[in-house]
Amino acid sequence: MAHVTIRVNGKEETREIKPRTLLVEFLRERLGLTGTHVGCDTTQCGCCVVLVDGRSVNSCTMLAVQANGTSVTTIEGVADGDKLHPMQAAFREHHALQCGFCTPGMVMSALELVQRNKNPTEADIRYWLLGNMCRCTGYQNIVEAIQAGAAAMAQGQ
Amino acid sequence: MYDFNYHEPKTLAEAAAALRTSRDGSFIAGGMSLIPALKQRRAKPSDLIDLRLIEGLSGVRREGSAVVIGAMTRHADVADSALLRATIPELGRLVGEMADPSVRNRATLGGSVAHGDPAADYPPALLALGATIITTDRTIAAADFFTGAFTTALRRGEIITAVSFPIPQTAAYLKFSNTASRYAIVGVFVAKSGGDVRLAVTGAKACVFRLKEMEDALAKAFIPEAIESIAVTPSALNADIHATPEYRAHLISVMARRAVAATAAKRQN
Repeated sequence: MAHVTIRVNGKEETREIKPRTLLVEFLRERLGLTGTHVGCDTTQCGCCVVLVDGRSVNSCTMLAVQANGTSVTTIEGVADGDKLHPMQAAFREHHALQCGFCTPGMVMSALELVQRNKNPTEADIRYWLLGNMCRCTGYQNIVEAIQAGAAAMAQGQ
Repeated sequence: MYDFNYHEPKTLAEAAAALRTSRDGSFIAGGMSLIPALKQRRAKPSDLIDLRLIEGLSGVRREGSAVVIGAMTRHADVADSALLRATIPELGRLVGEMADPSVRNRATLGGSVAHGDPAADYPPALLALGATIITTDRTIAAADFFTGAFTTALRRGEIITAVSFPIPQTAAYLKFSNTASRYAIVGVFVAKSGGDVRLAVTGAKACVFRLKEMEDALAKAFIPEAIESIAVTPSALNADIHATPEYRAHLISVMARRAVAATAAKRQN
């Protein structure tokens, strides 16, 4: 067994885990944070993207022990209470989801993009989303939402 | 995934010792190749020795006429390096186009090089740039390092600490990607330093390789036309659902010419 302490959405979580526990299993099964989804389970679809020390990672392809001592942000940690994060609000406003399964990963990936590039172009967004798949094929509205979300974040909304 | 013992050594000596005393241990860097293998039970190490806490293995720095990149430097940080952009921009571009952002945030130079994937993008860059792999025990020329599919010159317990890339006069990488995986069906990296030209091919054989005949022709005249009439023999090339050996041979010629043309375009800019 391994002893890990990970700061998840601002709260320190210490658990005894088997070293083979994936970060996504730790989040979903040990902490009950089921907003992070497992789509492909093979590092391709991006449904499980979370931020580890501010950077997007596929939590299905990272061991929880590798995240020991880091800060992890999941989709549950981005809203301010009942007030949606501007990026979440933009996804709702622009109808950027149909089934919604890929949405948590899309939002988390978008947040790292905006962190690196405050005013991404459509091409920047499409290139950045290479590792996030939407099986409803709704990319057009996702791209529009991310552009709007980035603009809202820049205005501090 | 099978169970394993997990170690997080703080020094290279501790890491090497942990591996040597394990029954069948494995180092782990970013884990972008190893974790999928563990999940599919293609790999079942008794012990995983995580290199992430060892200091001094990350970063891009200038050393004389070379750029030295720490083995644990993430692809995202290599791609973002202003130093690399000013010295070997093509290397930064190549790394910035590998996989996707979330993978680049985890994957490392040392992990990729040690894995020795025959379709990976780093190996042709190392070979064409004449890089040196620095390990805990010795330095190894890239030409002696990649020995086969997923096989390298690394010995058990030896750890890559950095790779030194001599700065070329000009370089270009052209990749014909699989549209789904984005791995190279064929990738050609060409680099020129004075009269010295190296041209390395990935994705086409069990191991990255150089094309001497093209190099010699390009050393005489560094223009695409110089290699137009050089035929690539398909016999030893990979055959799979993505491409026949004949198609790969054709792609090598085309990618090689385009790579040379791309360096010319860069010089004019």
